[in-house]
Amino acid sequence: MKKINLAIALGATCAGCDVAILDLNEKILEVFDLVEFKFWPTAMDFKLDDLEKLKDKEVDVGIYHGAIRTTEDVKIAKILRQKSKVVVAFGACANFGGIPSLANMPYEQNMFDLVYKDVPSMDNPENTVPLTSVKIDDVELTLPGILENADALEEIIDVDYFVPGCPPMVPLIEQVIEVLKVFAKKGELPPKGAVIAGTKTLCDECGRTKPEKISFKEFISPQEVEEMDPDLCLLPQGIICLGPATRAGCDGLCTKMNVGCRGCLGPTDKVKDHGLKMISAITSLLEVDEEEEMTEEQLDKIVEKIPDPLGTFYRFTYGKSLIYKLHSEEKVI
Amino acid sequence: MSKTSQVTELNSNPNVVLFLCRWCSGKGADLAGTSRLHYPTNVLPIMVNCSSRIDPQHVVEAFLEGADGVLITGCHFGDCHYKTGNYKTFRRMSLLSRLLKQVGVNPKRFRITWISATEGSKFAKITTEMVEDLKKLPPYGKNGKGGES
Repeated sequence: MKKINLAIALGATCAGCDVAILDLNEKILEVFDLVEFKFWPTAMDFKLDDLEKLKDKEVDVGIYHGAIRTTEDVKIAKILRQKSKVVVAFGACANFGGIPSLANMPYEQNMFDLVYKDVPSMDNPENTVPLTSVKIDDVELTLPGILENADALEEIIDVDYFVPGCPPMVPLIEQVIEVLKVFAKKGELPPKGAVIAGTKTLCDECGRTKPEKISFKEFISPQEVEEMDPDLCLLPQGIICLGPATRAGCDGLCTKMNVGCRGCLGPTDKVKDHGLKMISAITSLLEVDEEEEMTEEQLDKIVEKIPDPLGTFYRFTYGKSLIYKLHSEEKVI
Repeated sequence: MSKTSQVTELNSNPNVVLFLCRWCSGKGADLAGTSRLHYPTNVLPIMVNCSSRIDPQHVVEAFLEGADGVLITGCHFGDCHYKTGNYKTFRRMSLLSRLLKQVGVNPKRFRITWISATEGSKFAKITTEMVEDLKKLPPYGKNGKGGES
């Protein structure tokens, strides 16, 4: 069996996706039998030159994780596309922009000023900010420039397959290995644009019991709950769980641990915008029993308990949401 | 990233997508018509069975397709034909309006109000008010700077 040439490139990432691959434990040996690494700078000694030196399309499968945040990320993504037959967007950042894309929110002030000068935890009396080029003793040092927005990989290059998750969980990576095995043996690949994860929502595979009618009084944080029912659905207990709108595939990793789903696998195929669907679902469940006695102000007060709707419902998917397209230049009045 | 807004010109002819529920607000709009009340022609009425049918996605897509404002109307609390539909609408849209604020959409562009079948004059007043408010703002969506598609 001919080994598959694999390249794993990275952009704006925490490298958690690399760690997730190593988390395969003994299964990783199967990976080494199956593939020949052509590029994986996080785990082995590779430089970008090694990837550039390869012939076009020499890499069979190119995996990219992380968002597109700097000009360097754009460069790496374009090289990877040029050298690979298929490109896989791996992890929530490459799929939807992920947490880095939350910085695309419109701020009153410049992001650099905010991060390097005004954040309360920042001590920067000399106002040092990163520059794209600086001269020290006639030697010019350069850094990649930062882009205006952090975007998903698909915005820059053509992507063939998607593996969401933050990071993609072991069962998902095992699915990817199965795909690679079929590819190595028969040369067959799934249809282009396939998402290698579940097709239903998380509720379908979450083991918690769901009551027939879900209604809850207010939103609370998991640490505020006095006594949590370990088997009951989290929503009737008042904990925000994005399960009803999120793609299955993680086997309920968070909900098993009494933590509400945060939506890292993104929406299912049929949904355009993850957060809007979740807003629609979650607000229908609030105080269903007593709503008829409530006034507008009282209803408004319950909704107010979500201090940051954008951060809550778009934690991972803001970069690829409809609401991001609304992005306005208007001043909030 | 911060973007300095440059107001070039105001919107003399704003588009307002108006959602009406079939049982109260729709009848209210009819009454405004049969009573020969004047209201602006900038509103594009869309009738749905219940205001709770309106998904937040409909509102966002309306903005993306070129609406300068979205007005949602329904029955007064306690009057809903389906008993509790408008309570759900209110919570849903109240959370959506907070989200829209976060992405920088002017709150004047998105309103929710209750109009009963007998309130033809209120219908005329609210639509006029909304259009007048939007005339004081620059164009939005496809016509203006905000919104991409």
